[in-house]
Amino acid sequence: MGGIPHDHYEPKSGAEKWLHSRLPIVGLLYDTLMIPTPKNLNWMWIWGIVLVFTLVLQIATGVVLVMHYVPHVDMAFASVEHIMRDVNGGHMIRYFHMNGASLFFVAVYLHMFRSLYYGSYKAPREVTWIVGMLMYLLMMGTAFMGYVLPWGQMSFHGTAVITGLFGAIPFIGDSVQTWLLGASAVGQPALNRFFSLHYLLPFILLGLTIVHVWAFHSTGNNNPTGVEVRRTSKEDAAKDTLPFWPYFVIKDLFALAVILAVFVAVVGFMPNYLGHPDNYIPANPLATPSHIVPEWYFLPFYAILRAFTADVWVVQIVQFLSFGIIDAKFFGVLAMFGAIAVMALAPWLDTSTVRSGRYRPTFKWWFWLLVIDFIVLMWVGARPAEYPYDWISLIASAYWFAYFLVILPLLGVIEKPTTPPSTIEEDFNAHYAPKGDGAKPAASPAE
Amino acid sequence: MFRKITLTAATALALTAGQATAAEVETEITDFAFPFEGPFGSYDQMQLQRGLQVYTEICAACHGLELVAFRNLHDEGGPHLPEDQTRAYAEFYEVFDQSLFDGEGDFRPATPADHFPGSSVSNAPDLSLMAKARAGFHGPYGTGISQFVNGMGGAEYIASLLSGYHEEPECALEGEPMDGFYNVAFAAGGFPESCIDDHGHHMVPGSWISMSQPLWGDDVVYEDGSSTDIEAVAQDVAAFLMWTAEPKLVARKQAGLTGVLFLIVLSVLLYLTNKRIWAPHKNKE
Repeated sequence: MGGIPHDHYEPKSGAEKWLHSRLPIVGLLYDTLMIPTPKNLNWMWIWGIVLVFTLVLQIATGVVLVMHYVPHVDMAFASVEHIMRDVNGGHMIRYFHMNGASLFFVAVYLHMFRSLYYGSYKAPREVTWIVGMLMYLLMMGTAFMGYVLPWGQMSFHGTAVITGLFGAIPFIGDSVQTWLLGASAVGQPALNRFFSLHYLLPFILLGLTIVHVWAFHSTGNNNPTGVEVRRTSKEDAAKDTLPFWPYFVIKDLFALAVILAVFVAVVGFMPNYLGHPDNYIPANPLATPSHIVPEWYFLPFYAILRAFTADVWVVQIVQFLSFGIIDAKFFGVLAMFGAIAVMALAPWLDTSTVRSGRYRPTFKWWFWLLVIDFIVLMWVGARPAEYPYDWISLIASAYWFAYFLVILPLLGVIEKPTTPPSTIEEDFNAHYAPKGDGAKPAASPAE
Repeated sequence: MFRKITLTAATALALTAGQATAAEVETEITDFAFPFEGPFGSYDQMQLQRGLQVYTEICAACHGLELVAFRNLHDEGGPHLPEDQTRAYAEFYEVFDQSLFDGEGDFRPATPADHFPGSSVSNAPDLSLMAKARAGFHGPYGTGISQFVNGMGGAEYIASLLSGYHEEPECALEGEPMDGFYNVAFAAGGFPESCIDDHGHHMVPGSWISMSQPLWGDDVVYEDGSSTDIEAVAQDVAAFLMWTAEPKLVARKQAGLTGVLFLIVLSVLLYLTNKRIWAPHKNKE
């Protein structure tokens, strides 16, 4: 696969040949598991396994939770408490599921920023990137609908706020919102359909995971140098790569075990730290919580949503030019979805010929500024929309767009990149000197 | 060892993007040291039993515990009342049973399988989950660091609230008399205009709560001779309410500890395996 020459599965016994000529499934699994993988991958290439594990964890715990959960406005909250109190091991299953969502987003953000730094989104891996962005959108939808199900105060009023965003669409907004909720307000129809979709979407996510893996198995993995594996001969390719099994499976499992140790500590010792106390109050349409905040993983985009208020001149110009159709509220919604859209367009906005950020001295600075920007947005999204937070969120939002729309296209033209190594083998050997040349091995390639 | 912590709570935030108002209320939450804190903490059985007594004699007059079953009082890791005491305790309560009287229903004494009744006063919230539905510690600046260090502090909040009734501050005496009772730990209540300065800041912590002062000191007589001063009693009932909110806390922490230890051992084994299989390729043989 990936056009990288390597040994393929050869059925040997009669039974193997019999099956292989009818369904080459063993060959498919063999080739997937033994795919030649760049041997210089560092520790940022482990998040994919973490994500697959988390998806399976969420589906497995979710299936059990559904056996005890009741999607009814009068019973949902109590049924969750029934799981927490009366179901054998229910409190652990529910806390794993609840914190699993956070593990999912920690992993996906690190996975995405890995791609942004090492240029994994660039040709020929655009399809992998786009499929990944689709998965990210589905994840956000699934997580949001899952948060509605306990039917606590945050569930209820969060749903009202988020579906209200669609109400901001000019002309058809109200109809769209009613269509989404199945009623004019949040209630039983909304709870039922969110429950249905919350069960369905993870399986679509599972399907897209296969497409995502298929896509990068077709192009081969990127790696920290951004230099492609030599495809000139099997011998050359073998110098740049090692098979996925056992080298990367064991490495990834080691990383997974370390991450899970932290995860289990959170679930065991502080399972409600990332949640909100208000969601332990049953939903009450008549009492609005004083502080409606989305879950932490939505905060950066929530901050962008709130940043563009009616007193920002860009908003005023757009409102004037659109004859008032695009008001501040709708502008905010467009900005939020736009922030994800510009990220999805990164493969075509980045003009640099060098793939990996490791060899782009100026890019590095802008990239780390983007990481800081993301953290600032996350923090400011949880703050009240008042001075000075309104200014901070506006500047941080502006930088998010500037990075993708201005800095990435310009840098490719302005910047003078350094020279990447000519082969992956050269990079690997720079860290692990070949035998006999006496050089001490440098630090591990983990960055 | 108690530390007085003053912090900013209840930051009001308007729904719509753009328009937002914020009212910052200072509250005084004491960081009481509870035995169930930290990875190795567990409930003090005697404290939970004292807390149950305080709940029964004082709180239950208005507040319910409808998510908790009487049988839970017998659970290990909880108050762990003996079975006969659990049965006898349940019989104190009457529950409505629809199946009696040929389906017309009637009251009968509760059994351990029944749940505590709900609140008997309409504006008294059910207390089952109160210790998880309130956070004692926040911020700073929305970073959640104080919760990371001190925990959520729901029990601290309850104990601080119960011992947080004070004389009305002088500024409140100037204007219209306030409904309710001044409490330095309560954030969500009414606040007199006369206690807000020219910059919109509150001059005194807390706000006015509609619940009258429930604990005054020496409200209960403990069989085990424990202290019955107001802070001790407030902590006992707060600990009991932490248990009603999180009855599986001890089992959860044990599972967490086992899981973490197992994963650390697994990590070491996988680390060594990984090192070994890579060694020939990293020229370290």
